[in-house]
Amino acid sequence: MILSPNTRKTLKALETPTEKKGKGSTNSIWRQPLAIVGLTIIGVWVFVAVFAPWVAPYDPYSQEFDKFIPPSAEHWMGTDELNRDILSRVIYGARISLPYSILLVVLSTIIGTIVGGVSGFFGGRVDATLMRITDMFFAFPGIILAMAVAAALGPEIRNAVIAITIVAWPVYARLVRGLILNSKSSDYVTASSLLGSSSIRTLFVDLRPNISGPVFVLMALEVGTALLLLSGLSFLGLGATPPSAEWGAMVSMGAVNFDRWWVGLFPGIAILTAVLAFNFIGDTLRDALDPRTAKALRD
Amino acid sequence: MNEILSVDDLVVEYNRDGTKVRAVAGVDLRLEKGEILGLVGESGCGKSTLGKAIVGILGAAEGEVIFDGLPVKKLTRGKRPEHFRNLQMVFQDPYGSLNPRRKIGAQVIDGLVIGGMHRSKALARAQELLATVGLPADALGRFPHQFSGGQRQRIAIARALAASASVLIADEPISALDTSSQAQVSNLLVNLVHELSVGMVFISHDLSIVRRISDRVAVMYLGKIVETGTVEQIWESPAHPYTKALIAAIPHADGRSSMPADLPGDVPNPMSPPSGCRFHPRCPLAMPECAVVEPEFVTLADNRQVACHLQKAGQEPVSLELIPRVPAS
Repeated sequence: MILSPNTRKTLKALETPTEKKGKGSTNSIWRQPLAIVGLTIIGVWVFVAVFAPWVAPYDPYSQEFDKFIPPSAEHWMGTDELNRDILSRVIYGARISLPYSILLVVLSTIIGTIVGGVSGFFGGRVDATLMRITDMFFAFPGIILAMAVAAALGPEIRNAVIAITIVAWPVYARLVRGLILNSKSSDYVTASSLLGSSSIRTLFVDLRPNISGPVFVLMALEVGTALLLLSGLSFLGLGATPPSAEWGAMVSMGAVNFDRWWVGLFPGIAILTAVLAFNFIGDTLRDALDPRTAKALRD
Repeated sequence: MNEILSVDDLVVEYNRDGTKVRAVAGVDLRLEKGEILGLVGESGCGKSTLGKAIVGILGAAEGEVIFDGLPVKKLTRGKRPEHFRNLQMVFQDPYGSLNPRRKIGAQVIDGLVIGGMHRSKALARAQELLATVGLPADALGRFPHQFSGGQRQRIAIARALAASASVLIADEPISALDTSSQAQVSNLLVNLVHELSVGMVFISHDLSIVRRISDRVAVMYLGKIVETGTVEQIWESPAHPYTKALIAAIPHADGRSSMPADLPGDVPNPMSPPSGCRFHPRCPLAMPECAVVEPEFVTLADNRQVACHLQKAGQEPVSLELIPRVPAS
């Protein structure tokens, strides 16, 4: 798995079995400066993605005879090897990176939660089997496994999504399993089954509220990682295929044409700001929804 | 007979590294409606294990628990049979027994809705129940962390009542509370038992509370009941040396600054209990036969039950004061 050190710390703290005591944070998310910065940046990117045809000054796919025009009044971010306007391509790139990163996170959450939930709830052999499978995925370096899967399926953005989902779900599985194991043996779950709860009811009524918070935090933190992985695969030529405007693929063109700094720089900045913004939001969410983890991280 | 719960020769075993540990080694108990049975004993004697086995959280290795005519089955992942919903437990830790992420109302209403009550009626009933345990109606919409330990324990009691409990197993329900809450919660339990005619097993190591609220007391030592009797019998004329030692260990606030008498030695390891009478290595009155023959649990003439070689079935209890103390060799 490629996990940011932050995510790793969060995971560790989330899995530590400590019972939450005391009052929850009353600080509004909206008062945290980091959150405001993050939300503003994401807001801008979402706006740009939704209204791309109106915002972009040129057609991102129109090619001209000239090429590699440096940033100027006409082309703010210059043009690339086919003389396509980089600003327009960066703007259209948001239409790929943002929705696919979120889709990735949602898919991995669904798979991871089901696997982790079944594993933690049923325990025994089911748990052992599922967790060994999860360990298998953990054993590979994330980007390598994603590359192998993407290469096997063929370079296409859809296949990149499948590849990254395969790499990303184990984190959720482990988190959810840990959370379920923590609360499964608690007195309130026992009390609930003494009242006559069925196992489905126990799972969805008693356990779910204790899981959704941390999972939500992890999702927010992982959007950035997913975006990086997706761009990474495209950079390596295993994701978005030409001519589609994808940030990772554009950076890769910049790497080929290293002396034309503007080709790689601007899509790079786009990736940087989006990932940073998602991490800001994730961090703030964690502080707000999960004071216990936040405290564990600070200590 | 108003008997609602009976425990017959119950054995509960834990598996520790392959060896079986008998935490409860053959226990017989009876409980009637509207009766409080205090279960006392040192830490680690198996009180809580017994409590958990009675409601079915732990399975019985031998023997059985009969609740209201039917044997209690071990709690599984599936739905608990309707019949046993009336057999409820109050846990020791009020911080762990309420779901921290769910509102109080939802948790109390659960007990009603699972029993088949309609949600609209359940809300009103939940308010009634919270009023019964002395909490305001707006407590429904609050989360557990907004309540003190004593209040939480009362909420847990309300939840047990929501399942119209006819027997409550209260596992050290007040030992995690501060003194004023202890009084509130124990008074509440006593009132409920008397008003709703609930049977209650009150597990505690706090002998003074047990003395105040119980009708009968069972004294447990190393997985076995050594004596059961009324509060007066147990306190005024204990028939088992262990009971006597336990009572003598209570500190008295009588101004005479007399130190409580302590019992020498520790509770033996339940993995290898002593031969014969389990108490004999620590018993000041031990006789040679105590180390060999396990005493039977016999009923004396005054209707109490005791497991000691000094007491004979059907006879008046022999006062332990009159028996010369054997010097520890």
